[in-house]
Amino acid sequence: MRLKQRRRVFAIGILSGPLLWTLAFMFIPYSIMFAYSFFTRKFPTFVPDFQIGNYITLFADPQYYQVLLRTLKIGVFTTIFSLILAYPLAYFLVFKIRSPRLRTALYIAVIVPLWVSYLLRAYTWKTILGSQGVLNSFLVWTGLLDQPSDLFLYNQFAMVLTLTYIFVPFMVMPIYTALEKIPRSLIDASKDLGVGRIHTFLLVTVPLSLPGILAGATFTFCLTIGDFVAPFLVGGANGAMIATVVQSQFGTALNWPLGSALSIVLLIIVLTIISLSDRVERAGRLDLA
Amino acid sequence: MATLTEAASASARFARRLRLPRLDAPQVSTRALGVAAASTIAFLYLPIVVLIVFSFNDNPVTTLPLRGFTWRWYESAFANADLLRALWNSIHVASSATVLCIVIGVPAAIALDRIEFSGKALFRRAVLLPLVLPGIITGISMLNLFRVIGFDLSLTTVIVGHGTALVSVVITQVFARLQRFNRRLEEASDDLGATPLQTFWLVTLPSIRTAIVGSALLAFTLSFDEIPVTFFLTGRDNTLPMYIYSTLRSGITPEINAIGTIIVVTSLFIIFLSVYLLSDKQEGR
Amino acid sequence: MTKIVALEGLTKTFPGGVTAVDDLSLDIREGEFVTLLGPSGCGKTTTLRLIAGFEVPDRGRIVLAGRDVTDDPPYKRAVNTVFQDYALFPHMNVAQNVGYGLRIAGVPKEEISRRVVDTLRMVDLLEKIEARPAQLSGGQKQRVGLARAIIRRPKLLLLDEPLSALDVKLREAMQVELKHLHQKLGITFLLVTHDQKEALVLSDRVVVMDRGRIVQAGTPAELYDHPATPYVADFIGTSNLIRGRLVKCAEGQASVAAGPVVVRAHMNGALFSPGAPVLISIRPEKVLLIEPGIALPEETNRIPGTVIESFFHGNAVRVAVNIGQEEPFLVDMQLQRSLSGAGVPGPGTAVTLAVHVASVSIFADASAEPRAS
Repeated sequence: MRLKQRRRVFAIGILSGPLLWTLAFMFIPYSIMFAYSFFTRKFPTFVPDFQIGNYITLFADPQYYQVLLRTLKIGVFTTIFSLILAYPLAYFLVFKIRSPRLRTALYIAVIVPLWVSYLLRAYTWKTILGSQGVLNSFLVWTGLLDQPSDLFLYNQFAMVLTLTYIFVPFMVMPIYTALEKIPRSLIDASKDLGVGRIHTFLLVTVPLSLPGILAGATFTFCLTIGDFVAPFLVGGANGAMIATVVQSQFGTALNWPLGSALSIVLLIIVLTIISLSDRVERAGRLDLA
Repeated sequence: MATLTEAASASARFARRLRLPRLDAPQVSTRALGVAAASTIAFLYLPIVVLIVFSFNDNPVTTLPLRGFTWRWYESAFANADLLRALWNSIHVASSATVLCIVIGVPAAIALDRIEFSGKALFRRAVLLPLVLPGIITGISMLNLFRVIGFDLSLTTVIVGHGTALVSVVITQVFARLQRFNRRLEEASDDLGATPLQTFWLVTLPSIRTAIVGSALLAFTLSFDEIPVTFFLTGRDNTLPMYIYSTLRSGITPEINAIGTIIVVTSLFIIFLSVYLLSDKQEGR
Repeated sequence: MTKIVALEGLTKTFPGGVTAVDDLSLDIREGEFVTLLGPSGCGKTTTLRLIAGFEVPDRGRIVLAGRDVTDDPPYKRAVNTVFQDYALFPHMNVAQNVGYGLRIAGVPKEEISRRVVDTLRMVDLLEKIEARPAQLSGGQKQRVGLARAIIRRPKLLLLDEPLSALDVKLREAMQVELKHLHQKLGITFLLVTHDQKEALVLSDRVVVMDRGRIVQAGTPAELYDHPATPYVADFIGTSNLIRGRLVKCAEGQASVAAGPVVVRAHMNGALFSPGAPVLISIRPEKVLLIEPGIALPEETNRIPGTVIESFFHGNAVRVAVNIGQEEPFLVDMQLQRSLSGAGVPGPGTAVTLAVHVASVSIFADASAEPRAS
């Protein structure tokens, strides 16, 4: 069969590049990182070994597990606040804006900041919240405060605010897509059957947009718990997150095995959440064709 | 559709059985929603406005009230040799990484769309993972790799890292376009005597071209602004975000506002273009 | 007439295990207009795709103009296709779409534009030469698809349900145009459709398919008047199918008992033993509705019944008559003389159906269980 042979040649030609790339720069690096996480530190470097001491340290030493817990907490809060801001916005755009052109324009306006310099957007909050910053000077200038407050910056509130700001568009995107797919006739059908707006919303709209909420929450949570720019810029002394610790283990602390173990923990959390949301979404997927 | 309508009526019946009161407050809820939506949009753009306004404010401290218009932060930014070198490095890194993303991402999207092979599910998960994977993991794992094989860190390693982290942007966009692509068009082309290569150039590629260009623009902006991967993989050379990151340690200067304004405005322009190219209406143009 | 296509024992099974085409053999003569007819899933489209080269057969051979093309990719076959969903290249205008095949073949530009103009004139779409596919109506798109496929003068033109996306009026107009185009071009046409009317109107020869096999092939008149199986009788036109048992078989005439009635039919070669389960089929328009008691010629069946209801069709009235079977018996009354259904018997009227023995087809009843004896 000459035709089948030709197809095979085509397949190998197309596949080999991407396949080798993922092998070389994803599977192998992850394997090395995994191996390193069992190595033993021996200043200034480390030696091959197989022991789980690094993992024990992470979960036994309060210095580390507190960071882990704080990171998860900030992740949860950021996800919730992003959802609170994103859902009404997406709902408003899809159901309340009549003109399709205006709707698309506003939608694009909402999601575009997502790709605009992450560092600069986070940095701006530092200039806004700082003791000499825009917010303080505004409050002092208007007389609401006698003197600048340092309550706004360098705490977990500032981190959640900054991260929420960064991830709202990430949340809007999948929710908007999910809401847009809901046939209007369905909502009309529900109202027609004598169900009030709020119950229609709770019983029809929300369940049908659940895949979007799930996707947005997955994105937001996973990217938040791996962030190290926000803790660096607005987190302050008690604002360290997982990534901050990883960074210091590979930098000043020079403990690559511990840093690798922490990265593996982060990787496992992310993979677990992805497969969980994947499973929930598949179980609840409705036929929208 | 049928199942959906059934679902709607089932939930309606359910609601009635629970004897839920009818709640109707259309005007109030629409207005409240509108206010909420507008405030969120304002929230998204406020910092960008602050950045731009203060880049022209004649005061070395980012504080209110405003003191008057000046170009001097732009002047000093463009007189700063370190900053200009970092800018040039970033352009170099972002364009190389974008080329890499296209070279790896387009074939990967094609493979996902139309080749069946064992391990496809794993491959799909792997190439899409960086979308939700914190950049720091890509950075750390590749740092480990380069250390093992004894490869010195430089802008080249940064480019490879960006390629790995951002290729999924190209893959998802091109794959989505391929999924909507009508395969009959390829059959029609074959049928009219075109070889597979001719068909690809004359029919398939034009249909996915805007998706490729759009996602390339996206990859370029993302690479240009990238921090976590760059942080671990760069050698002595700094990219612009890394330069900004390191100066932030020592405090804020309006120079950063000036260069930041340029970056943000340029990014906005590129992203708008990209989103336009990636929209559904662009198929087959 | 020379043979242009020979399909020999074609078999195609899809990965799911469905055998779409099952040991199919068919010859098509040069210049013929052949239609593959059958319901969806009967394998007609797969047969077409095998000939075009979009699918590879598991077994069998495809010979095109004396050359074995079974292993050739589509672009090496002198065959062109008109697609159901038109498959026009959205990024090219009409002229570029139509000229695509010639451009690929390396034909000089001036000749391409000359032939594009000629071909578009042939399908009556010259004024849209600069338009993009998105700006065209369904009928116009189909003309472009047609022009694109015939510009290379293929040995065989494949048409995959080309008219099914058009509305009724337009479809009928396009059918006439297709027929004229076929006469003008002299190219062999192979059409795939599920619309039996379309098949009868257009074709020199109709091939009825069922579950990947050919059930019957013949001229439209042969299929209509002498269906080989109840399936064909039912699929083409409308038939009253009545289940019964053969009671007598003599002098080329069979008598079939079906409940209270006995119907006589010409045997036309088929052999059944008395007592065999059979099906008879009678077309509604071959039946005359008369008042009971009127004398009839010897060769005519006389079936008593009662009118149930009638349906006005404009040029005819379809009357449903109870003749003691499970299903009502349908009779078409032409209305050329009477005005708008005057003279149509009302519900409850006792009537007699008159059917000539030559208008009754008789088949073995494959669905009946074998007799225990």
